[in-house]
Amino acid sequence: MGSPEPSDVNLPAAEKPETAIPFDEMGTAGQCRPHYELVRRWLDETPPELLALKRREAELLFRRIGITFAVYAEGGDPERLIPFDIIPRVLDAAEWELVSRGLRQRVRALNAFIRDVYHRREILRAGLMPPALVLHNEGFRPEMQDFEPAQGVYTHVAGIDIVRLGPREFTVLEDNCRTPSGVSYMMENREAMMRLFPDLFAHHRIASVAHYPEELLDTLQSVAPPNCQGEPRVALLTPGAHNSAYYEHSFLADEMGIELVEGADLFVDDNVVYMRTTEGPKRVDVLYRRVDDDFLDPLTFRPESVVGTPGLFNAYRSGNLTLANGVGAGIADDKAIYRFVPAMIRFYLGEEPILSNVRTFSCAQDGDLAYVLDHLEELVVKEARGSGGYGMLIGPQATQEQLAEFRAKLRAAPGDYIAQPTLALSTCPTFVEAGIAPRHVDLRPFVLVGRDIRIVPGGLTRVAMRAGSLVVNSSQGGGTKDTWVLED
Amino acid sequence: MLSRTADNLYWLARYMERAENIARIVMVGHRMTSLARSLGNSGNEWHSTLLAAGCEPAFFAKHAEASAPLVIDYLVRDPDNPSSIFTCLETARRNARAVRTALTVDMWDALNETWYQARGGGRFAATADLPALVDWVKERSLLFAGAYANTMLRNDAYYFTRLGTFIERADNTARILDVKYHVLMPRHEGIGGALDYYHWQAILRSVSALRSYHWVYQDRLKPWLVAELLLLRPEMPRSLLSCYEQIIRHLELLAEAYGGKRGECHRIAGELHAKLRFGRIQDIFQSGLHEFLTEFIDRSVTLGDEISSLYLL
Repeated sequence: MGSPEPSDVNLPAAEKPETAIPFDEMGTAGQCRPHYELVRRWLDETPPELLALKRREAELLFRRIGITFAVYAEGGDPERLIPFDIIPRVLDAAEWELVSRGLRQRVRALNAFIRDVYHRREILRAGLMPPALVLHNEGFRPEMQDFEPAQGVYTHVAGIDIVRLGPREFTVLEDNCRTPSGVSYMMENREAMMRLFPDLFAHHRIASVAHYPEELLDTLQSVAPPNCQGEPRVALLTPGAHNSAYYEHSFLADEMGIELVEGADLFVDDNVVYMRTTEGPKRVDVLYRRVDDDFLDPLTFRPESVVGTPGLFNAYRSGNLTLANGVGAGIADDKAIYRFVPAMIRFYLGEEPILSNVRTFSCAQDGDLAYVLDHLEELVVKEARGSGGYGMLIGPQATQEQLAEFRAKLRAAPGDYIAQPTLALSTCPTFVEAGIAPRHVDLRPFVLVGRDIRIVPGGLTRVAMRAGSLVVNSSQGGGTKDTWVLED
Repeated sequence: MLSRTADNLYWLARYMERAENIARIVMVGHRMTSLARSLGNSGNEWHSTLLAAGCEPAFFAKHAEASAPLVIDYLVRDPDNPSSIFTCLETARRNARAVRTALTVDMWDALNETWYQARGGGRFAATADLPALVDWVKERSLLFAGAYANTMLRNDAYYFTRLGTFIERADNTARILDVKYHVLMPRHEGIGGALDYYHWQAILRSVSALRSYHWVYQDRLKPWLVAELLLLRPEMPRSLLSCYEQIIRHLELLAEAYGGKRGECHRIAGELHAKLRFGRIQDIFQSGLHEFLTEFIDRSVTLGDEISSLYLL
């Protein structure tokens, strides 16, 4: 009661004081890590003017292809390019083996948790989580109770955000179980690098990422609904051209050779979903939907939604349609649920977590709130339901006014916030105005879950382009890098 | 293919064609006004341009007087006018973006680059040179037409794109010809006078057909021959007959691709084509060119609606 000690679920594997020098992916001066040797030599030998030229070429390339990312902030270009950094982020085979083992474990536990939440809720019966946190959560969908989706899978495409704190220390910052985006950048970044620096590729054995669309299509076909007859027909449901990730939607549909549909292209007749084509209606079995739960079906969810299709949810529950990701998967990626993921891994799998969690304070609890208010200068405060790096406070970089503003917010609505220690995210050499300098990075690999689990080696590396900045979100001016996983 | 995809292809082709045709209509107005001024008879050329472009009611809802700068502004760059050149380019590109996967890379490049150029560099500024802008629009439209004619697969996506181009072009050829009807002739400048002659010449120039006229007729400009060239001659690529030959051809290809299914649009297109194929210019002039064009434009709208209801909804 009122104890200053935070109520930990698990202690972080590594937490470095903010003053420590962060781990650098390439290594410290004079001590280059072996798998970075060729990249280092390339950087040493290439004059900065040539790098600058290549960067401009890259920008033209992206602009021409039309890869853009709309940002939901006022003003600015509605089709802004995400800055692309031409220096790759490199992981060796052993590092990737560790990460991918941890990802498989984590995503299995997340799916088991979602299934449990909509069935017997054993984890609540066992007293491992406060029931209100789950049952009163915005991400909880009572409509899903006792429904069994194909193969028991809820999150078919999971994007797990990982930061690195040390040589073997990979920590999960956030799970994205609903409609994670960014995979098109993973692929286009690779494409751009291969065009710009063919020589680099000739001297490395870099695991390919080009088969991601095939793996995704296989995964989606493996979760065809029980009533599907014959070869399942898959379509990608997009909110439309105004969505910030629209480029990705059209890119993936194109690469998989499936139709890119909007809500109005579909209709439901007798609980079966059809798309309107120039030759008449065609049945759809699996929808890779990039529309949020709330907007999927105006009959079941928000009635004012214009991007959904009436009747979709009943088709889903009738076994005539698979929605990927499943409805209600958001219960597993809520920021307040996050701190229980290690407990889920132990409870459902009987294993110890391979990837650690960041210590997280739930401001809804008195003890945690007192601690957070006392240590605000050291902590990162996030909205429990926010995403994209909007509305967050980074204590060590905040002004007195910002700190005071957040103290007031925390006191007014503590349940809306969580807090975490400021982490020393690893850095990676990055080409910036002043030359090559270290910048903080994270990594979002994409985990595909169908009949089995598949991970394309690599992911999207996001980089904070400003010196010292820890915010890598593209909506906040972050950039991206090509991510290499070296083969042995 | 998805009905919406077909709809987007059809409309993006229509909007690109419309941008070009509005540019051509504006050029007719521009030429006629200069001619009238040089002959000392300023008339209502800009008002007739508005009528021909089908923009008259919306224009007067916004402006009181059809002065040259206001009409040009409205037809060239006004974002409130859904048929202004700028809006057409924007709408075409928006349609294209919604069906990126159905376009060839060259088509997308042509549309995307056009839109970027239209937005930047003051090309559409009020002070920009009008003939230079019109030339640029024609050039971009030709680039788009070439890109899709040379790179698209010959399947239903292509047929819908072609339909969009030719439905729009037929509509616009009819409208350009109709500009002449609305221009008031000064009392002393009757039919067959110098001004009348220059008007017909301006119309031919605007559809890039002055030289074609001389090749086909080897005669001085005569109104009924100009009309015949633009309505009934199969060798003139912008004539109504040429457009309708393309329209029935692509509607037939669609019917074949979709197992022989036909609808009211096939019948209307056939009927209009027969009228052009077997019509005589003397008869059209006798019963009134303007009346013929008006009915034709109305029937084209109905044809568009029928195509939509069979394929695009």
